[in-house]
Amino acid sequence: MSAPVIWILFPFLLGILILFLPKQYAFALGGGAAALLALTALFFPIDTALLVGTLSVKIAVSVKVFGRSFILNPADGLLLTFIYGIAALWFFGVFAPNAQNRFVGLGLMIISLLVASIAVEPFLYAALLLEIAAMLAIPLLVPLYQKAGRGIVRFLIYQTLAMPFILFAGWMLTGVEASPADLSATTSSGVILLLGFSFLLGVFPLYNWIPMLLEESSPYASGFLIWALSTFSAIFALGFLNRYLWLHTSPQFSSAFIYAGVFMAVSAGVFSATQKHLGRILGYAAIFEMGLIVLALGLQSNNAVSLIFLLLIPRGLELTVWALALSILKREAYSLTFSETRGLARKYPLTVFALAAAHLSTVGMPLLAGFPSRLGLWQALAAYPLSLSFFVFLGTAGILTAAARALAVLLMADENAAWSVNESWTHIAMLSIGAAGLFLLGFFPQIQQSLLDELPALFERLAR
Amino acid sequence: MFVDVVSWAAAALILLAAAVIMTERDWRVNLGALGAQYLAAFWLITRHLPFIIGSAKLITGWMVIAILGITRSGAENFEEDESSGLPRDRFFGFVFAGIALLVSAGASLRIEALIPGLEIPVIAGSLLLIITGILQLGITSDLLRALIGLLSMLAGFEVIYAAVENSVLVAGLLAIVNLGLALVGAYLLLAGSLPAQPAGDEP
Repeated sequence: MSAPVIWILFPFLLGILILFLPKQYAFALGGGAAALLALTALFFPIDTALLVGTLSVKIAVSVKVFGRSFILNPADGLLLTFIYGIAALWFFGVFAPNAQNRFVGLGLMIISLLVASIAVEPFLYAALLLEIAAMLAIPLLVPLYQKAGRGIVRFLIYQTLAMPFILFAGWMLTGVEASPADLSATTSSGVILLLGFSFLLGVFPLYNWIPMLLEESSPYASGFLIWALSTFSAIFALGFLNRYLWLHTSPQFSSAFIYAGVFMAVSAGVFSATQKHLGRILGYAAIFEMGLIVLALGLQSNNAVSLIFLLLIPRGLELTVWALALSILKREAYSLTFSETRGLARKYPLTVFALAAAHLSTVGMPLLAGFPSRLGLWQALAAYPLSLSFFVFLGTAGILTAAARALAVLLMADENAAWSVNESWTHIAMLSIGAAGLFLLGFFPQIQQSLLDELPALFERLAR
Repeated sequence: MFVDVVSWAAAALILLAAAVIMTERDWRVNLGALGAQYLAAFWLITRHLPFIIGSAKLITGWMVIAILGITRSGAENFEEDESSGLPRDRFFGFVFAGIALLVSAGASLRIEALIPGLEIPVIAGSLLLIITGILQLGITSDLLRALIGLLSMLAGFEVIYAAVENSVLVAGLLAIVNLGLALVGAYLLLAGSLPAQPAGDEP
């Protein structure tokens, strides 16, 4: 058995099977399978012979398809644990928010395609797999009874535009490597590459589909998609920089990433502070965090890779809890506008508490999961001009303002309204686990240490 | 010599079809013009890839058109969404096609110098498809027209990428992307046609 079969083909086929199952089985099977795959990746190292009873088992590294290889190295094990672990949380969470029946099946297929994108060689082909995964997400976001909004069309267009730019830039960069003195080719390939990643990572102003999507579609499905695509896009970008190290060491490219990230963070923060829709606030907060990741991609520091994973790990949990809380509120309020959600804290106290914890974790509030990564980021930014830190602080202040406004609206009930708990037991269990996780990662950030020690090994040239 | 003439004719056909897509409102004519673009793209692709792979791309393209055509003809009460206030006049369509022609003419020689061996008609045809596709995306908010723009752009990319990458896996994945776009487009065209919300789904 080879690793790509276990972590790509098997979940993909299982995802197809789950599409035909009722939801109560789908969430259990999908969530269980994702958790099992995460545990397998953790306890069964790839390419290492293990004795199971009298049998010697070894998971092979690669598989060939049409002359090209899909390779999952031993170093990928922890990454697979992280990805399938967070995916399991999303799939188990489906039971709570009454998401669509096909969420788990399509979600599992999307995750397996995204894992294929980190396994494929040459790694440039990942752009194609990311595009296929994005297309697979469309039925997840738009039910047949709902007219497609503009956010979904823009999402499709931007993801499709990213693919050709990245594929072509990759081909040009190979030529640049052969003749590095050719400045014209270097500049052209660099510009094309930056355009491709701008579409893929949603650099300002190409992120406008994210808040639109969270306004038009299910917050849970949109949250899952934003988590999955942005996480794998960031890993793909790291792979690119690791392969073409001169891009990372070039001051021009480094500056482009840093300024793009800062601009994303500050614009998302400012826009977030002015929103009157809880879904759109989540969208801008996700963009803000993506901006920080893009900024970290440009940092000329040995710890940049660790910092990116430190940003990515709590982000998965924050988005899960936040999207779950919004889904529960949406069932009551139908629309997530401030006017519709006013005073819901008295009816759904635990949901609002979990939402506030996720929101404040995104801000980087001490004792929450997002704090250690912000601390690391501020430390890294200390080596750069103070203006960068000021703008990141401005973006953070915007997200904090949005949190204060959202909380004020959710708490703004009539004076005589009584407090009550209307969440179901599954809601309470899921939200409690999620919120506890956010506090746990904030109180004991060393839990992530083993991941942070091992994951940078995937990009050894960058981490060196 | 004959091959070069046909290649230039293919580039001219691409320009003509692009002008039709930009100026004509009837979806049948637009899909027909996209079919003509796929035919021209097929010829340009076979300048660098084996005939069999070029044929596969042509068949994929025509399947895409069939999927979109069947869906659009079956969609009842379909309303075109052109509420953005963007220029819709035929005059603007011709202006945009002219811009695409000028940019392609200007850029083709430079790209030929940058990547020798691509052949100028191949570059010109590819650029025309990419530029008109992106312009189409910029001037429409209608779903079907946006999809046609996206598919044109993708066909242009495939023409130029075929000259530099001959992997069967890439050809297969690009075919999946094209068919996937058509299926997703068909799904989005049909979305909203179901009257009631299924039980258990989120509001």
